[in-house]
Amino acid sequence: MKLTLAEVEHIAQLARLELSAAEKELYRQQLSAILDYAARLQALDTSGIPPTASVLPPRSVLREDEPRPGLPIEEVLRNAAQIDDHQFRVPPVLE
Amino acid sequence: MTALSQLTAREALEALELGRISSMELTRACIQQIDRLEPGVHAFITRTSEQALSQALAADTLRAEARQSGQPVPPLLGLPLVVKDILALSGVRCTCGSRILEHFVPPYTATSVQRLLDAGVVVLGKTNTDEYAMGSSTENSAYGRTFNPWDMSRVPGGSSGGSAAAVAARMAPVALGTDTGGSVRQPAAYCGVTGIKPTYGRVSRYGLVAYGSSLDSVGAFGRTAEDAAMLFSAMAGYDPLDATSMDAPVPAIQLNGDASLKGLRVGVPREYFISGMQPEVENGVKQAVKQLAALGASVREVHLPHTEYALPVYYLIAPAEASANLARYDGIRFGERKDGEVMWDVFYRTRGAGFGPEVKRRIMLGTYALSAGYYDAYYGQAQKVRTLIKRDFENAFQSVDVIATPVAPTTAFRAGEHSNDPLAMYLEDVFTLPTNLAGVPGLAFPVGFDKAGLPIGMQLMGPHFREDVLFRAAHAYQQVTDWHKRVPALAQ
Repeated sequence: MKLTLAEVEHIAQLARLELSAAEKELYRQQLSAILDYAARLQALDTSGIPPTASVLPPRSVLREDEPRPGLPIEEVLRNAAQIDDHQFRVPPVLE
Repeated sequence: MTALSQLTAREALEALELGRISSMELTRACIQQIDRLEPGVHAFITRTSEQALSQALAADTLRAEARQSGQPVPPLLGLPLVVKDILALSGVRCTCGSRILEHFVPPYTATSVQRLLDAGVVVLGKTNTDEYAMGSSTENSAYGRTFNPWDMSRVPGGSSGGSAAAVAARMAPVALGTDTGGSVRQPAAYCGVTGIKPTYGRVSRYGLVAYGSSLDSVGAFGRTAEDAAMLFSAMAGYDPLDATSMDAPVPAIQLNGDASLKGLRVGVPREYFISGMQPEVENGVKQAVKQLAALGASVREVHLPHTEYALPVYYLIAPAEASANLARYDGIRFGERKDGEVMWDVFYRTRGAGFGPEVKRRIMLGTYALSAGYYDAYYGQAQKVRTLIKRDFENAFQSVDVIATPVAPTTAFRAGEHSNDPLAMYLEDVFTLPTNLAGVPGLAFPVGFDKAGLPIGMQLMGPHFREDVLFRAAHAYQQVTDWHKRVPALAQ
């Protein structure tokens, strides 16, 4: 399985990762090798085998929806790059 | 004073209880040991010495008051601890070994850490880790690598390498780590200490910065099974703040001087003794199994036929979960931000500049495995094979109580040895990944040394929620052996 540069750029775009030209080429080679290794899974017959998403027994984790105190807003906002009047400030979403 | 830092947690707590030492003396001894060795070992990202001394003073005051009034004290009162820098401690920065969280100060404390604070521990600092726990050598930290106290040219293992190295170097008697694919057990083996990865869901993940959410476990290091068990017991149990935390009873772990393992059924899987592994590791583990038999255990062969698939399954599922979990680092609510004209630019630049090479590699791999057209072939198939791996363990535990294997195919490798070959690095985890995929507990402890003087680790795996059996077996082994008592030359 050889990834193309275009495929690497597509994945980087999906992941919102800015990569340099050198990084793209490095990951193209390394991901190709890792996916080659992973291809051995295709040889296994898994028809009729259910997928495992969690090892825990299925159970309800719902609770009563009761109000309770949250984290102090000043402390939470302290980690943001930009805040404005108790809110996160973000750059324009539309160009 | 430095001699105090050589005490195990059990010995230290007994000395505190008897009034022979104070927590201030003990904490100062650990701080002195860190001052002396940290420039070489580099186990820490952030030290909290002043806070530790205040906690120690408070612990001594509480113990003195309790002695007057006859009240019981919390079980770990005054015991120094170090915490992997991926578990939140309110008010102390939590970097996860990443540049992107260099200045992140969590406004809350992880449940695992909080329960230990409630039990009375003193926190000496936050330890080094591969970025977001992605690595097997603690070389992938944005804050520099950690060195193995047994041989400074070697890695301490990873990703909890800072915690393992700190315990081995007698900087602290006990430590917290996390284990998604072997990140407690493999560094425990490489550093010659004891490390537990509990059953998935046993210890709350609240406040553990997420990497692979269906695999992540909070674990503990000590120099003995008994010390690791003390930490485990204080942390384990249901937490409403973690929806994957299990409401299962936590049995009291009774470890006494009795070293008999009569009645214990030990399974040895052929699949974990592979060609190409270091012969000394294979021999060391086989000798240790003989020792368990000499203590009364019965040994038989078991089969875990899908073991060879654990590596590719893990390296699809864990990166897939990571690619989703790490989507939150976009420079808006927390973390470093790189500015841009519009929001997409901010996302691209922030993430491109903030993440290191291994994190980017896993985000890319996981995004690919989840992307349209490849989901079924990669992620979907990996989830099905995960079921087969889980069933292997269920079948094996029909006939045995524990499964004994090596922790890793080799002893600690040289720094830089696998830096240019991610697949070779991933192979270091080949014996530890299956437990995370199956959700079962695993315990690593030293069972010998190779010719180069590096520790060899054995892993015991057990059924879900049977950490007690693992601790009992390792404790019995440690009653009749002294590998776990050896001290790296630099830490003596």
